[in-house]
Amino acid sequence: METQEFKPRILVFSTDKISDPGIDQAGLRKIHYSPSVYTISIPCSSGIKPRWILHAFEQGFDGVFIAADGTECSYSSKCSEHTNSIIVEAQKIMKERNINTKRIRMAAICSVCAEPFVNHISTFSKILQDLGSIKNEIAEHKAPSLS
Amino acid sequence: MSPLNDDKDSITSSFYLTKQTSFRIAMKQRIGVYICHCGGNISDYVDVEQLSKLIANEDNVVISKDVMFACSDSTQKDMVQDINDQKLDAIVVASCTPKLHTHTFRNVAIRAGLNPYNYTQVNVREQCSWAHSDKPMDATIKAYGLIRAGINRVKYSEALENIEITAQKAVGVIGAGISGMRAAVDLARMGNHVYLIEKEANVGGRVAESGKLFMTGENGKDVIDRLYKRIKEIPEITVFTNANLDKVSGSIGDFTLEVSVKDEALKLNVGAVLVTTGFDFYQPKEGEYGYKLSDNVITLQQFNKLIETSNDKLVYNGNAIKSVAYIYCVGSRQSKGENKYCSRQCCSAAIHSSLNVHEKFSGVKAFHLYRDIRTYGKQELLYTESSRKGDIYIKYEEKEPPAVEVKNNKTVITVKDYLTYKKELSFDVDLVVLVTGMVPRSDSNDISSKLKIPTGSDRFFNEIHPKLKPVETVIKGVYIGGTCQGPKNITESVQSSLAAASKINTILRKGTLELEPIVARVNAETCLWCEKCAAVCEYDAIKPIESNGKMIAQVNTSTCVGCGICGPVCPSNSIEIVQFTDNEIESMIDGFMEKAEINTKQDSQENEISSGKQIKLNGFPKIWREIASALDDKTLTIPQLSEQLGVESNVLTWHLMTMNRYGVVEPAGLDEDEAYYMYKLKK
Ligand code: SF4
Ligand code: SF4
Ligand code: SF4
Repeated sequence: METQEFKPRILVFSTDKISDPGIDQAGLRKIHYSPSVYTISIPCSSGIKPRWILHAFEQGFDGVFIAADGTECSYSSKCSEHTNSIIVEAQKIMKERNINTKRIRMAAICSVCAEPFVNHISTFSKILQDLGSIKNEIAEHKAPSLS
Repeated sequence: MSPLNDDKDSITSSFYLTKQTSFRIAMKQRIGVYICHCGGNISDYVDVEQLSKLIANEDNVVISKDVMFACSDSTQKDMVQDINDQKLDAIVVASCTPKLHTHTFRNVAIRAGLNPYNYTQVNVREQCSWAHSDKPMDATIKAYGLIRAGINRVKYSEALENIEITAQKAVGVIGAGISGMRAAVDLARMGNHVYLIEKEANVGGRVAESGKLFMTGENGKDVIDRLYKRIKEIPEITVFTNANLDKVSGSIGDFTLEVSVKDEALKLNVGAVLVTTGFDFYQPKEGEYGYKLSDNVITLQQFNKLIETSNDKLVYNGNAIKSVAYIYCVGSRQSKGENKYCSRQCCSAAIHSSLNVHEKFSGVKAFHLYRDIRTYGKQELLYTESSRKGDIYIKYEEKEPPAVEVKNNKTVITVKDYLTYKKELSFDVDLVVLVTGMVPRSDSNDISSKLKIPTGSDRFFNEIHPKLKPVETVIKGVYIGGTCQGPKNITESVQSSLAAASKINTILRKGTLELEPIVARVNAETCLWCEKCAAVCEYDAIKPIESNGKMIAQVNTSTCVGCGICGPVCPSNSIEIVQFTDNEIESMIDGFMEKAEINTKQDSQENEISSGKQIKLNGFPKIWREIASALDDKTLTIPQLSEQLGVESNVLTWHLMTMNRYGVVEPAGLDEDEAYYMYKLKK
C-alpha cells in the first residue's frame, strides 16, 4: 500500500514550439512543481503514438500529461481532434490492461503558460495520488497470467 | 524490468502497439557527456560533479565531464578536441533549454567532423535546477534521469544529411498593398525576380483609400503613387493586376503558381511565396450601435472620406455636423464574440480623424466613447493633442455599451461614464462614427487552403512562433507579412513584410538551400498503402509509389513539415519522424526511470563544520557550505565574504537572504563604518 508520501511520476509530452517555452518559463521564474515530472518534447501533440503512452505506464510512470497547443497549433487546425483520438485509442488499450484511464490528461499549454502548467500538474498529481501507484494496477492485471 | 515487457505483444489485440521491424541502425558506442554548471545556475542545486562521475560508468559513455560554461569558447574547443582524440561518435550536452544553444553545439559537432544530428541536448536548467531549486536533492535525481534519457536517445541517433534542393531566385508576392509593394522593391533589389500578384484592378490596397495617414500626415494615395512609380522603374518586378491565384503546387525552392489574368492563364515558377493579402474592415451588423437603423451612424472609413471630400464645412446628408461621437472597439476585443483581439490601429486612427476635423473645420465637438485608449508609442502625442483641443473622453465598459437611439429626429447617445461613478450621461450628436476594427479578409480561407497556411483561432494566418519565428509559416518557403497575420498599423505591416523579404532572400540567395531532415519516412517492408497517413497529412506530402511489386507510401521531404500527425494513424506502424522514432522516445522513457544511485550522504563530512557545529546543509547548494565555513566563528559583511570566496556580491546577497530564511545564518548588526550588515552562523 502507498504511504502518504507517494509522489506520482508524471511523463509530459510537450510541443517544442509552443508548450516547451511555457514549461521552461515556469523554471525560469522558479515556480516550482513536482520534481518527478519529466518532459519529452515533440513537434506536435498529434504525433504522439499510443504505444509511447503505454510504454510510459509499463515503465512505472503513474500518469501521462499531454501539453497540447490547442487552437494555437501551427501545423493543423484539427490538432485537438487528432490528439483526442490518440488519447481515446490509448485509453482503449489501457482499459484492456486495467489501467485507470484517468491516468492520461491533456490541456492546452501556451508559450507563456507557466502558472497554468504548474496548476495542471498539481491537480493531476492529486488525482494520481488518489489513484495510487501504477504498480498496483499493473500488478493486478499481471496476477492472473502468473497463476 | 517492466512487468509487461515480456508479453507486451500478446496482451493486446490493438494494432497500435505493433513493433517496428526495420529502420534498424547501429547504436552509438562512444558517447561524450558534458554537464554544465552554468556558473551556478545549475550546480547550485544539482550536484553536477557527482552526476558526471556516475555517468562516466554508463555503458557506451567514453567521456563524462562537468564544465563551468558549456557554451564558452574554451569548452567548445575542448569538446572538439575530445571528439577527435577519443573518436566520439555522439555527444550529449546537459545544460540549458535546447532553444538556446542547439545550433552552438551542432556547430561544435560539425567543427569536429561529427554529424550534427549525433548530438542531443538535455535541459537540466529551465526544467530541472531552476524548476526544482526548492528541492536540490530531488533535482539531482531528476537530472540523472534526464541525462540518462539523453544518452539513451543519442545511442539511436542517426547521422542525417540536410536535404539540399535548388532554389528559383524568384518570388511570388500575393497582394499588392503597401506591405507587398514595399517588400517587392527590396526583394528585387536583392537580386530576385518578383511577381506581384494583385486581385483588384489597382495596386495600393487599403492605404490607397486611406486619405491622410497618422504620424506622417501624408496622403495614402500619394505614398502608394510614389511607391508604384518606383516599382515600374524596376525591371525585375512584374506586376499583375486583376489577377487571381488559382492553384499552387510544388514546394520550397520550386513552387508553381497558376495565375489567371483576365482570360490568360499563367504558370509562374518561384522559389518562395510572400503572402501580403491584408485585412477587411469589420462590418457592423445592422442595429449595432444603430448602424443602418439611423442615417447618422457611419463607420470611421466613411467618415474619413467625408472629411476628405468636404470643404469649408463638414456636411453630411445635407446637415451641418457640429458634434461627433466616436464609439471605439467596434468589432474588436469582444470577450464573447469572435474577435477577441485589439485591432491596434483604430484608437490612433479615430483620434487622428478627430484632429483632422479640428484642423479643417471649426466648432465641431468630439466625444470619444472608448474602453481603453491604446495610442501606444509615439501615437500618444495624438491623444495629448486631442485632449488639448478639448475633445471629451468617456470610458465605457463592454458589459454596458453605449446605446444609440433616434428620438425626435435626434441621434441620442446614452452611456455610463465609468470614470465618474458610472454616472449615466445622455446627449445628442449630429453624427456617430463607429471605430471599426480589423478582421481577416473574406477570401483568406481560399488563400490559406491553396497555400496550406494554418490559421489561428482569430482566423488570421499563423506564424510559426510570434517571438522566435515571426513571418515564417510551417509551410517551408511560404511567408506572411502585413495584416494578413493580424492587426497592424502601416509601419508595423511594412516592417513585417520587409522582415519576410530578407528571410526569403537568405534562403534563395545561394540558389540552393538546405532543409533540416526532420521529416517522415516510410518502412517499405511493412507499408501496405492503406492511405491512412496520406488522408491526415495536411501538406500533401504523401503520395503512393511502386516498390518491389506493391504500392507503398512515399514522403516528399521538401513538403513534409515533420509534424508527425501521420505516425499514430498508421495501422502497421510503418511511418515515423526522424529523431522522434519509437526507439528514441521509448528509450528516453526508460532513461527517466533508471534508478539513480545518488549518494545523498556523500558530502556529509564536509557538511560538518570544523568547529563542531552540526549544520545539516545536505542537499543545499555548495556555496552554502562555503559561506558557512567562512562564517565559522566569525562575523563578516557581504563585501568581505565576496572577497574571501571570490563570489559576486549580488549572488552572495541572494544566498544569504535564503540562508537567513532557512535559519542557517542571521544578521549580526552593522560593521564599524556602519556601511554593511554583518552575518554570522545561527546557533
Ligand atoms: S486600438 Fe483601441 S479601438 Fe482599436 S480595438 Fe484596440 S483598444 Fe479598441
Ligand atoms: S498509414 Fe501510410 S505508412 Fe502506414 S501502412 Fe498506410 S500507407 Fe503505409
Ligand atoms: S510528418 Fe507526416 S503528416 Fe506531417 S507533413 Fe510530414 S508526411 Fe505529412
